[in-house]
Amino acid sequence: MAIDKRAASAAEGIGAVKDGAVVMFSGFGGAGFANILQDALLEIGPREITLVANSATHPFSHTHKLIEAGLVAKVIVTAARGRGRELSPFEELWRDGKIELECVPQGSFSERIRAGGAGIPAFFTPTGYGTDLCEGKEVREFNGRKHVLETAIVGDLALIRGDRADRYGNVSFRYTQMNFGHAMATACAHTVAEVREAMEDAMPQAEVQLPGVYVNSVVAVGGEP
Amino acid sequence: MSALDRNQMAWRAAQDLPDGGVVNLGLGMPVLVSNYMPADRDIFLQSENGILGVGPEAEEGHEDRNLVDAGSRRITLREGASIVDSASSFAMIRGGHIDVTILGAFEVAMNGDLANWDSRVPDKGPLVGGAMDLAAGAKSTWALMQYNTRDGGPRLLEACGLPLTAPNCVDWIYTDIAVVQVTDQGFVATELLAEISAEELRGRTGAPIGVSNACKPLVAPDLANG
Repeated sequence: MAIDKRAASAAEGIGAVKDGAVVMFSGFGGAGFANILQDALLEIGPREITLVANSATHPFSHTHKLIEAGLVAKVIVTAARGRGRELSPFEELWRDGKIELECVPQGSFSERIRAGGAGIPAFFTPTGYGTDLCEGKEVREFNGRKHVLETAIVGDLALIRGDRADRYGNVSFRYTQMNFGHAMATACAHTVAEVREAMEDAMPQAEVQLPGVYVNSVVAVGGEP
Repeated sequence: MSALDRNQMAWRAAQDLPDGGVVNLGLGMPVLVSNYMPADRDIFLQSENGILGVGPEAEEGHEDRNLVDAGSRRITLREGASIVDSASSFAMIRGGHIDVTILGAFEVAMNGDLANWDSRVPDKGPLVGGAMDLAAGAKSTWALMQYNTRDGGPRLLEACGLPLTAPNCVDWIYTDIAVVQVTDQGFVATELLAEISAEELRGRTGAPIGVSNACKPLVAPDLANG
């Protein structure tokens, strides 16, 4: 049967999600948040999920709805600070010990995900050596410099945002929409891409930025670029 | 010349950026450096979310919500720009392809240790972002900061009291009253406001600080507050 990864709805594209799933969310600075998929995940309502995203508190990402709804047991992020003096919903849950936090330098965060999708279980990096964030991690010296051991992150589900896709799951991104989406798609068992337009015809090869092998389902949501 | 304001501090740091260099500007005051790039130098600004070649902020009506920099500003691209994903962007940073990163700082120690990410505000969540990668990966790290705390306490110290961003990484410190090099022998002022004596500078510093024989007066032009 001819491959066609286009899903009729966000819920169909995501499918069943088990409790305790590790879910990755693309997006940075307002670009690349798959908010329609995030809203659909809220409806599906898996419990005790681990949320992997750049920020636990970005106001433009609907991940805060998942946190407020109590679906998230743990976050792996590079930022978890609310904007104002008031505590954000995440910070209140964290203060009360109701949510676990793993804060990771952004380069190690993205490389841990990339490694997860590339079959590399762990790697040494100079980033974070000598800091509180890397306390207790294995240290080795290479070329006269100390490095810390970081382990790969893999997930059950990635919800990413692109610009266009085709029936084969090939995805293109608009400008900085790509951010973590590429690596997250490679690192998860099931990847859903929310895109403006999903074409029946194949995308010209030169426009493909994320090959279809990493994408299980594409959901067209329309709208302006 | 009185103490430099934020724009003048950013201007002063910009004057030392290398022609043809690739530069990453941290959030806060360092972003102001982009307003004062010397016209005679061709410099590429890198943004950690994957941009090599950040241009000016987009004009109203021409913004694209999918074209943002690390500070979530809606920006434009310069000629010759390219965009990669986050993992590739940090490979660029960690791999030593960034010539200079200019970062804000709470504290800098005389051995170049930098503390700029955690000021220990109770209950507020952490925000490390790309600071540790930039400080560890750039060929040169410059700190752009007020010389003293609001209470007048020192921020150039023998050892940092706040959590470190990276050890032994800061090469230059640009402040409101002095430009300071971090050498193997510790802090050395290379520029100092004319109205401040070496003795006063030492009194405002939490570590030994030398004054270079070639020390010049720190000056900056009047700049529109932008």
